[in-house]
Amino acid sequence: MANLNLDDSVMTTRLDSVVNWARKNSLWPLPFGTACCAIEFMSMMASRYDFSRFGAEALRFSPRQSDMLLVLGTVTNKQAPVLRQIYAQMAEPKWVVAVGVCASSGGMYRTYATLQGIDRVVPVDVYVPGCPPRPETMIFGVMELQKKISRESLMGRKEHIERFYQSLARQEDLQKAKGLSSYQVVREMVLEAGHKGEQQIW
Amino acid sequence: MVIERIEAQLPGAVLDQHAFRGDATITVSGPRFLEVVDFIFAEGFQLLLDVTAVDLETPEFRFEVVYHWLNLVSQERLRIKVPVAEGAAQPSLVSRFKSADWAEREVFDLFGIPFEGHPNLTRLLMWEDFPGHPLRKDYPLDGGDPFCTQDIGASFSPEARSLNA
Repeated sequence: MANLNLDDSVMTTRLDSVVNWARKNSLWPLPFGTACCAIEFMSMMASRYDFSRFGAEALRFSPRQSDMLLVLGTVTNKQAPVLRQIYAQMAEPKWVVAVGVCASSGGMYRTYATLQGIDRVVPVDVYVPGCPPRPETMIFGVMELQKKISRESLMGRKEHIERFYQSLARQEDLQKAKGLSSYQVVREMVLEAGHKGEQQIW
Repeated sequence: MVIERIEAQLPGAVLDQHAFRGDATITVSGPRFLEVVDFIFAEGFQLLLDVTAVDLETPEFRFEVVYHWLNLVSQERLRIKVPVAEGAAQPSLVSRFKSADWAEREVFDLFGIPFEGHPNLTRLLMWEDFPGHPLRKDYPLDGGDPFCTQDIGASFSPEARSLNA
């Protein structure tokens, strides 16, 4: 007891980096699978590619118990308010990975029915290209997200998510004021932003 | 052949017909449609496979509602086309064929053709307050979204579309 050496048992660091170290290695994925990317995702989670090696083993199909939203496939305009609600319900802090070209930009579906990229309605952290991307590509995307998490500030992430809640409040106000469905209000918000030259509504 | 029997029993109902390798198709005038349906039902065409429509953009009868029937006994198929003017209603077949329910709702949703006598004529695919009917030829492919077709807009111009016609 007399010669206690604190050097071996104490490490000094910044709060951001130690919290982010914990966050990036215990991501809880929520799959929002709408197309063939979800099939590749199943492969990514299974034994051959074994995604649990990256600390994201526990899939949760409830947004309340997850913090990494994987959007796997085409999102239609009718699904846009559903996606926004799911994102809003997720536990904070939360991250979004757009997997595949459909989720990233609408892909080949250049029509009235398809949302031209989910970044129009929810904030996206990593875009994974491919149609569908191979499991290695998705794993690389999540590794990029881990790098991004380790660099970010805690308050920065909080403010980033806060902007989305503001747009959700605006959506709810518009729904009440105009008496329209959430589908039509989100569609009108996307179109209005588009005519102003903006890429997103949040 | 079922087409000859329809023509014999209901003279004047069949406006146009063709049959190629089991692909029996007749065009029936709107007012005689239900008569023809009752007749082919008695003939055994009791499974209504699909109801769909075509926007022909012709001035008098803009749309053509297309019905596909299967005779489960003889395995014959029959396609019936009915010309419908814009805004005119088509009689619903839900009271005769349960399978007409969602198919007619889909046609109503995407083409805006009302079906008279349908128990629940609401949109099937698009949301309820969606403006317009997307499968009409005058509906813009991008639905008014400036980002949707801005870089490939040229290939959807009227000139380019006429090349496909």
